[in-house]
This record gives sequence, structure tokens and C-alpha cells, in this order.
Amino acid sequence: MTAAVSRPASRGKVKRMATTPAARRGRSGAEGGAAALPEPDAAREWLATMQLIRRFEERAGELYAKAKIGGFLHLAIGEEATIVGAARALRERDYLISTYRSHGHAIARGTPPEAVMAELFGKEGGCSRGRGGSMHMFDLERRFMGGYGIVGGNLPIAAGFGLSADLLRTDDATLCMFGDGASNQGTFGETMNLAALWRLPVVFMVTNNQFGMGTALERHSAVTDLQRKGEGFGVPGVECDGMDVADTYRVVCDALKRAREERQPVLIEAITYRFRGHSMADPEEYRTREQVAEWRRRDPIALWAARLVEEGVLDEDAVEELDRAAVAKVDEAVAFADSSPFPAPESLYDDIYVLGDQLRGWYSVDERGPEPHRGEHEREMPADAIPGREIYDRHASGPHEGTEERPADEAQAEDEDATAGEGRNHDGERGG
Amino acid sequence: MAVMRYREALNQALREELTRDERVFLMGEDIGVFNGAYKVTAGLLDEFGEQRVRDTPISENTIVGMGVGAAMTGTRPVVELMTVNFSLLAMDQIVNHAAHIRYMFGGQVAVPLVVRMPQGAGHQLGPTHSHSFEALYLHVPGLLVAVPSTPADAKGLLKSAIRDDNPVIFIEHEYLYGQRGDVPDADDGDHLVPFGKAAVRREGSDVTLVGISRMALTASRAADVLAEQHDVSAEVIDPRTLRPLDLDTILASVRKTNRCVIVEEGWPHGGVGANLAALIQEQAFDWLDAPVGRVTGADVPMPYSKPLEQIAFPHEPQVVDAALATLRDV
Repeated sequence: MTAAVSRPASRGKVKRMATTPAARRGRSGAEGGAAALPEPDAAREWLATMQLIRRFEERAGELYAKAKIGGFLHLAIGEEATIVGAARALRERDYLISTYRSHGHAIARGTPPEAVMAELFGKEGGCSRGRGGSMHMFDLERRFMGGYGIVGGNLPIAAGFGLSADLLRTDDATLCMFGDGASNQGTFGETMNLAALWRLPVVFMVTNNQFGMGTALERHSAVTDLQRKGEGFGVPGVECDGMDVADTYRVVCDALKRAREERQPVLIEAITYRFRGHSMADPEEYRTREQVAEWRRRDPIALWAARLVEEGVLDEDAVEELDRAAVAKVDEAVAFADSSPFPAPESLYDDIYVLGDQLRGWYSVDERGPEPHRGEHEREMPADAIPGREIYDRHASGPHEGTEERPADEAQAEDEDATAGEGRNHDGERGG
Repeated sequence: MAVMRYREALNQALREELTRDERVFLMGEDIGVFNGAYKVTAGLLDEFGEQRVRDTPISENTIVGMGVGAAMTGTRPVVELMTVNFSLLAMDQIVNHAAHIRYMFGGQVAVPLVVRMPQGAGHQLGPTHSHSFEALYLHVPGLLVAVPSTPADAKGLLKSAIRDDNPVIFIEHEYLYGQRGDVPDADDGDHLVPFGKAAVRREGSDVTLVGISRMALTASRAADVLAEQHDVSAEVIDPRTLRPLDLDTILASVRKTNRCVIVEEGWPHGGVGANLAALIQEQAFDWLDAPVGRVTGADVPMPYSKPLEQIAFPHEPQVVDAALATLRDV
């Protein structure tokens, strides 16, 4: 028996002392009061973008329940201030790189919601042409350098962007966002060390939403002040209130300045909370409703709206008007995603390789039918010769019509404590 | 043309590409001050400086990952890993990231990264430094895989790899580093060996021997024995790259000889030979007069003890026997 070292896993017994907003709030904002308001236009735009992300993700959750969206769907509802505050601190040419929870990051960077929703639908009009899905958003033009499905996998890549900036003598900085769970991966320490050693212009931001999937912070990390985890590698830490868009903006601006001008990488810990489950299939047995409710009282969008009203930037009607506009944009995104075609069957082998004028040895071998052939030749094959054509047609006219109701959606999971996504295998999911 | 060792040919390739394109840079453990564990990068730090020849900490996954990120944003990194076994620490960045990023992001970026590493048995380095993993990397769509066996190919393929816009796993061989051969030098112009073009090392009419990496040399020596002692004319093919694969040259040879033996140092299950035998029987079944033969490394972790190690990877007598077995029933 390992009773001496085992931790209680049942509800109510797990220590959660550090995961209340009050416990963490005291340390942020310690530098003196609320962060300054930006110009009114910016203040409104931040609110509008947070509302858009919220409405977008709420709708995505509904559409997932209707089987319009497949795979996993990780919502960042509750983390909008962290996302928008961080994204707005970036210059146009700076790089942003994130995780598998990054619908909002793409939208905040300027990717049209249409392209993000179409990606969720697996459509050709998606920002990754339907190849990536929820976990793998990407928009090179806006330097949103991707959502990554491997926890901790994006940290070395972010340092590589910094290395390019160094070698090409640009002053482009990189902001690398990841979850609290990723701070336990080997790449975390390795990347901190290398970024500090080589003085790369990279800001690391750990989005501490209190849980690595379903494992609470104090049960997965010996050091729970995550900003301190870089110190031994030469990366100083700083904290921001991830529920306050202005505080997040201020702290990320300062860190980017240090990274860019002093070549000093910084680790920011954004204290936040995800209001929804880890993914849509999360019965949330690892936390109490009281805890969720307590954090929801610090809803970052409501807080920001209240402050803008209080300080006379907006009135209540204007807040509601912005929200209605966000809903309308989401409607447009869904309409676009619905009308966008699925990627064509002959495009299956597109973009595995960059093929220019190289010799055409066999790059990919297709063995799906009785006549094995080079995958890269499928573009030139007659449509009826593509293996699996009938299977493609069946699916292209199937679940996206929304006829396949999922047995339990997020709301039901909350109300009935049911396990959502019955019949789907969620093994192997990891989180940060 | 100059006679030089395989490691010197690689060094020349790196020097020429560093000179030609300032976006090219090198990263790896002990490649600079130490001049490289196998001296492939000797002198390059002095010539090109610390910005472009970077000694790294021992952090394989992160070194490769930084190469991925740098390659995505306008530079052309060449990462050295000290042995193929250490590349397993970087498997996440190689497979989940380098190989898949272009595809999963809908073709928006390329990853022009080269990851170099030596492999192979024969130096009594035991089960963590002696394996042959070309089959692991051949398995992954999105990667290119080069397995040069001569100094000239080492140079020409490495230069092509650095110029290619795809991630390349460039597998060198510990035994081959000290082997000499004719190599085109700067006086002969730019020496590039294209990916996807096999080399016919010896023409023959009775049986086709396909040798991978160092085994191309072993197959050539076996062909000498077959000719001298058994009056058998063997054709020897060195694919040089496994992705892309010059299957057409191999098939043309098999259609001529009607027999084929594949020789590799790696393990048999899921090996290069297993894959190639499947392709050959699919594409040239009617031309085959015997089952496709395979000579592979033993299906064991590599032992340290010299006599055991020596029987754990192929030598020419085994290749000769396998070739004769394809001729036996004729």
C-alpha cells in the first residue's frame, strides 16, 4: 500500500487553499493599485474583443453539443482578460504562440472569427484549412504562430522564434503562453535555461488557471508560485492579475520591453481561472461549485465593463450594444463556417512537403486501395480513382448537418453531474 | 576532386553552406569549442563565430524544438545530435512538431531544418549508443531521410538537405566517418546530390542487392565475393535517401534481375527492408523469381561484448548467403 503518500482524490478532501481568488489577489497589484485605463477607444476595443471571444466560445460549446464540431474542445471562458491583455501588449510584428486552448488567442490577434469557426467545423475556410482543428489554430499573416496540442511542446519553438530574431537582427519579440501544467514538463526548464543563456527576446507567460486538466495546482507542482519556477534558470518572474485586462496589459508590456531592449527573458504568471471544464467532456469532480462560483464573481468581462462604466468611459447601454455586436459577429462566423466546403478529398496529401523542382522520388506511399501509388499524385488523379471516395461523401454530408445530438452537453454536465460526450474516448487528454 | 574522409566531406559541406547563406547556422552539444564529438564541425566556430556555431546545453528536445521555431521564422538551422539514440529524447519535436507543423497549419509555414546524427554498431558502445533508426524516421510523413554511405554523397546530400525547405533527418554513420573517398571540391563547382536519386554502385544481372547506409558498402563487398567465388552477377543499389525513395530505380533493377535482397543494420520488425519488400512485391510481383530476401541486424538491443556485437549486425558472408538463397531453386 502507498497510503502514506497517496493524495485523497475525492471531492471535498483535496486541499484547495491557493485556488481562491482572494488568496491570490493579494499578491498581484502589489505594485500599487489598479492599472491605468488606456485611451477610451482601446478600453472599448478590449471589452469588445473579450466579449467576442466569450460569445464565440459559448457558441462553440453549443455547436459541439450538436456535433458540428469534433474532437476535443477546450474553452478559455474566464481567461479572456489574460488573452486580450497579453495580445494587446504585442507589436504587429511580434510573435504570439499558445496552446491547444487558443481560439481566443487567434481572435485577439485579429484572425477573423469566421476562419476560427470554420477551423472548428473542419472546413477548407478554416485558419488551418481544416487540418488542425480546435487545438491547432494558426495565422502566419498575423504572427499568431499556433496552438499546439502537446503540453510544453511550444516552449522550445518560441525560443526558436527568438533565436531567429537574434540572428536576423530584428527587434521582434515573442510571447509564449502555456498552462500551469506545462510548467512541469522538461521543456520548461530546458527552454528557460537556453533563453536566459542566449539572452533571447522571449516572454514566457504561464496562464495559471489553477488546474492541469483535473489536477489542482498544489497537487501537481511543488512550487505553486509559478513565477518563481524560472528563477533558478536565470529567468525572473512577475505576476499579473489575469482577471484584470489592464493589469495583464501593463505587466506584459513591461516584460516585452525588458525582453526586447535588455534581452532579458521574463516569466509572467497570470492568475486566472477557467469557468468551464478542461474540455467539453469534463464532469469536474476535482473542484467544488462554490469555488467556481467564487471565481465567477471576478468574471474578467464583467469587471472590466463595470470599471469602464464607473469611470465614465461607457454607459450600460453601450456595454450591451457591444455585446450584441459580438453575438452578431459570431452569427456571421457560424454562417461562414456552415457554407465553407470541407477540404476536397484530393487535397489529403497537400502540404506534407514543400515540393518545388525536386526530383520526384516517392515521398508518400498511399496503400488505401488495391493500387498503391504516390500520395502526392492524388491531385492529378481522376476524382473517382481517389481511395475512399464513398466514405468521404458519406461524412461530408453527415454530422455537419447537426443532426447528431450529443447525449450531454456542457450545461447538462454541470446540472446533472453527468459525463459529457458519451461514447467518445477521452483517454490521453492532458492539460495545463 | 580530392580524396578526403567522410567527416571532412561533411565539414566541407557545412563550411560551404555557412559561407553561401548567412541564414544557415549550427547548433549542437560540443560542436564548437570541443570541435564536435566526431570532429565533423572542427574549425567552424573559429571561422564563423559564436552566433552561427552554437554550443548548446544537453537538452536534445529543446535544441531540436528551437531549430523548428527558428526554421519557421526565416533561418536555416542545422542541429547536430551526438548519436541517433539521443534523438529519441527529441522525438516529440521531430515527429509532433517538425514533421507535422506544415500540414497541421494548412501549409502556411515550412520547416527548413536539418537534424544530423551518427548511428551504427561496431564500436562497442552498447545498447544506448549503437543503434540504427532510419526505419523510425522513414515511418513519419513530413520528414525527409538521408543515409549517405560515401564521402561524396555525405557532402552532396548535406548541401541539398540544407537547401531543402523540408525537415531532414540526416543520418551519418560512426564507422563511415573515417572512410576515405573522392569528393568534388570547390574547383568542381557546387556539388549537390539530389534527394530521391538512388546510386547504382555496381551493375549486374542475377540479383539486386539494396544496401542502406553503411550496408551499401557491405553489399558491394558481398557482390565482389559473389562474382569471384560464385559466378553470380549482383547489381548493388544505394538508395541514398529513404524519403523520398527512388523506388523506380530499384524496381527497374528487380525487373532485370528478378531477385532482390535488402541489407540494413537496423532491426527486422518494421524495418526498411520490410517496407521495401512490400513495395517491391506490390509493384513487381510478376517479375520476381524468388521471395525478396532481407539481411538485417539482430532483433536485440546492441550488446557491448565484441564478439556478440559483431554477430548482431550484418557482414558480407550473410549477404552472400541471402543472395545465393534467391538463386537456389532456379
